[in-house]
Amino acid sequence: MFKFKRMTGSALFSIFDGARVDWVQRAGAMLGENGISQAKLGEFAISVESLSKRFGKVLAVDEVSFSVRRGAICALLGGNGAGKTTTLAILLGLLLPSSGRVTVLGEDILQHRYRVLPRMNFTSPYVDLPKRLTVAENLTVYARLYGLTNVRLRLAELAEEMQIGTLMRRPYGTLSAGQRTRAALAKSLLNKPEVLLLDEPTASLDPDMGDRMRALLMNYQKCSRATLLLASHNMLEVERMCDDVIMMRDGKIIDHGTPQVLLARYGRKNLEEVFLDVARHRTFIPAARSVP
Amino acid sequence: MSAVASSLRRIAAMALRHVYLMRKSWPRILELAYYPSMQMILWGFIAKFLATRGSWLAQAPGLLIASVLLWDILFRSQLGVSLTFFEEMYSRNLGHLFVSPLRPYELVSSKLIISLLRTLIGVGGAALLAIPFYHYSIFSMGLPLIAFFANLMMMGWAIGLMVSALVLRWGLGAENLAWALIFAAAPVSGVYYPISVLPGWLRPLALALPSSHVFEGMRAVVLEHQFRVDQLINALVLNCIYLVVGVLVFLAAFHAARKRGLLLHIGE
Repeated sequence: MFKFKRMTGSALFSIFDGARVDWVQRAGAMLGENGISQAKLGEFAISVESLSKRFGKVLAVDEVSFSVRRGAICALLGGNGAGKTTTLAILLGLLLPSSGRVTVLGEDILQHRYRVLPRMNFTSPYVDLPKRLTVAENLTVYARLYGLTNVRLRLAELAEEMQIGTLMRRPYGTLSAGQRTRAALAKSLLNKPEVLLLDEPTASLDPDMGDRMRALLMNYQKCSRATLLLASHNMLEVERMCDDVIMMRDGKIIDHGTPQVLLARYGRKNLEEVFLDVARHRTFIPAARSVP
Repeated sequence: MSAVASSLRRIAAMALRHVYLMRKSWPRILELAYYPSMQMILWGFIAKFLATRGSWLAQAPGLLIASVLLWDILFRSQLGVSLTFFEEMYSRNLGHLFVSPLRPYELVSSKLIISLLRTLIGVGGAALLAIPFYHYSIFSMGLPLIAFFANLMMMGWAIGLMVSALVLRWGLGAENLAWALIFAAAPVSGVYYPISVLPGWLRPLALALPSSHVFEGMRAVVLEHQFRVDQLINALVLNCIYLVVGVLVFLAAFHAARKRGLLLHIGE
């Protein structure tokens, strides 16, 4: 039997399943009057505290708090307009929040984003690369922006890892959607980021290439111990890749836990069904469902 | 690597991005020189014709050509900043750029460098063409030409940054400002005629523009063979103010874009 307790006054949840959700308890314990204690910040790559973003009358993100441990792969799940991309944009400093605090790799992103940006990277279908430049030219420009010293070597490595060797001399604008996604993923790995934020990372990829890219990202995470936070609609991808899942709806965190915990809690066979439960407001009733 | 070296490296990377773009398209480079050359040729023939009809132009047949070329410095430098900024917006690249360590002032610096390069290609080509066509070399002005060039570049940069800021704020629907705004300054800049021709109520406005001091100074050099240091200082002081305002307006627009979430969604 699982217990599920919502902490009033914030969107922080505590889930007592004895497994991987201890980070939630720790985050809760660390939230004092002054927010997350500095001593514990090192444990988390990302800490978000009471984050809100309002666009006029629309509250896109509503008092969201969560933390992601260093070296974890965490997913933000939610329907369109749930606040995932807005949250990612705030984490990157592309968007200023209305209130709240965001710490990435121990730095306050609102105050010191340039200290931490060289250690992060990002890709999203909402942004693109210059279309008339070749993939190699685009990657060269970004490699220099990130201050890489041996640009050629890094490009050669990425060309092999991402299987984009044949695309390197082609203008980015002439690539198919899937090829562009791979080129953008290559860009996101240029600086070997410690924190990688991915918005729909395998969108537009065919199942074979999507699977290869997931494997590559997981391998990168394993080798580098990087922290990955991804927003995705691909439930299989989330089940396969992620240690933790944060479910969002209407700008709020509705639930979170490991994929296994969420499946058990909702009594579902896959995350897609859990997603539908959350998206359609079929909220969790602890005792109503049997847990396998 | 020191912070300054890192910053210079990022500026160079952004400049490289536009050099890549320019070098792969000869029509693009030719286009840079095409319009200034056509303007120069047209006004050169007009000047030649008028010189046979009036003594004022006969004194200085190169006056109109110099005016055309200097005006194009202002126009091209402004376009050099705003169009290269639009390139980032057309390609929906701003989101990637601003999650990299690139600072907004580094982006601005790279745009100024590219603007200088584009202007040198465009106006430089036209200036060289004027020599065989009309036996007139704007380079005969000597050092004052450098002062005029620098001042007009600065004013063009300032307007280019303001146009970029407006487009960042209002979206690409406002991109026509890149072409329109600079022409609002043309009548009161005294490009082809002295400021004294303007009605009295318009003169204070003209004197508030750095360009009017440059063109007055240019006429003094061409007609009186006299370099007006006072005009140069006026232009320089005004340009410093314009440039500071331009940078501040751009940074304010950038801040507003971060508040409104435009960096991620702005594009075609």
